[in-house]
Amino acid sequence: MKQALKNFFEQLNVVGQCRKYNLPLRQCPQFLFLVMGNVNIVAMMTAYLIGIRYNNDPDRVMLVVIVLSMMIFVISFVIVRSFEQLAEANRLKTEFVNIVSHEIRSPLTNLKWIVEILTSGVLGRPESKQTEYFKILKENLERMQKLVSELLTVSRIESAKIVLKKENFSLQNMAEDLIKEFEPISKSSNVMIDAEFLPGTPPVNGDPFQILQVLENLIYNAIRYIGFAGEEIARGKNPGRVAVKIYGKGDFVFCEVSDNGIGIPKKDQKYIFQKFFRADNVRRYQTGGSGLGLYIAKNIVDSSGGKIGFSSRQGQGTVFWFKLPAAGNGKNYSPKANAPMAQKLKK
Amino acid sequence: MKKILFIEDEAVMQKAVSEFLGAKGYEVISALDGELGINMAKNYSPDLILLDIVLPKKSGFDVLRDLKNDEKTKSVPVIVLTNLSQMDDVSKMMDMGITTYLVKSDQSLQDILRVIDQTLGVSRGEDAGRQDDQSAK
Repeated sequence: MKQALKNFFEQLNVVGQCRKYNLPLRQCPQFLFLVMGNVNIVAMMTAYLIGIRYNNDPDRVMLVVIVLSMMIFVISFVIVRSFEQLAEANRLKTEFVNIVSHEIRSPLTNLKWIVEILTSGVLGRPESKQTEYFKILKENLERMQKLVSELLTVSRIESAKIVLKKENFSLQNMAEDLIKEFEPISKSSNVMIDAEFLPGTPPVNGDPFQILQVLENLIYNAIRYIGFAGEEIARGKNPGRVAVKIYGKGDFVFCEVSDNGIGIPKKDQKYIFQKFFRADNVRRYQTGGSGLGLYIAKNIVDSSGGKIGFSSRQGQGTVFWFKLPAAGNGKNYSPKANAPMAQKLKK
Repeated sequence: MKKILFIEDEAVMQKAVSEFLGAKGYEVISALDGELGINMAKNYSPDLILLDIVLPKKSGFDVLRDLKNDEKTKSVPVIVLTNLSQMDDVSKMMDMGITTYLVKSDQSLQDILRVIDQTLGVSRGEDAGRQDDQSAK
């Protein structure tokens, strides 16, 4: 009885219920029900007042209005209830992904560390054939870890648990480090990476850990989906090209990552930032990939007060760009930014 | 030989870290729950403590609070090694006086060794990745 009363009062706390589903008020089932209830009362009184002007029997008018109102009330209750169930299912799904991802993380870390012990020589040097298999094991573990980490980020985005720890930092330095990191992959894929950082570009204001994921994703995608842009690239006659350009404009710092890869088919372009989406032409060549990277990137950039977009032509290449607020609203930004590029790195 | 107390409830993880750090010249003692961890920290005077957060009996937060309130253990450097990566956990632990916060899945054993060496002022030179290291002794 006590529990039933507690549940009843919890249901009356509309704000608390909406918080549980991580939904804004205008999308929250309980709040919508409250609004519909009020609309229903107003509609009932209006209908009664209009009704008695045209009919001399107030009892009959009252009866008709009450019956109609009850019908509307029942229908709206059923609709709102089904919304509530959808919201609850969504909340449970997010929680499920969160728990499962956490639980998978531990055994994956165990496996990673054990492979490291086996290859480090702590227990004696492995034979070359064994080393080859340990390498495959390690690469596959890294793939699984990346997927789990992406799923966790998605679940945090959906449960609004991503906390941005904002600070001012240099996007150029971050890009420079990443390009160096990607050097082995780009070389093996016969892809050249150009960096163009315009002078006077101010630092950005954002969470460096999260922004790193965005930039990493865009550069990695550019390299990954260029490798099969054409037979010439594959044969090494015409290398793939990726360019990273960073410049300041107004209160924002812009970053563009362009490639001369396979491009995104027109019909797929509107879905590109959707969760788990992978374009048709990409799936044909690369079966691996979760389709979460761009969804995560968009959410991080949006919640950092920035914007992300792209332009692409199939068979010719793609330019992904994002902008982030400049530190101090771009006050450090100098108009000299239009001067020729400050730095050009060729990898 | 420098002594490290590893408070971690997962046996496989205990074994992997102890094996690796042992080969690198550290003596590793292990506790499988928070309560035991606090007792061992007080009785065995470790040079450094590796602490997980999700632990049976007492959580990593409670363990750290006890360690920092005890004269014997309050100056022992504590490195948190956990799978929790939420910013509020990191900030809370840093405010409570830990030396470093490491997320297990982002770290290799070599990374962990590097942080421990730095914290304890152990230098390894070029032999850092080799098995025969005795420099922590």
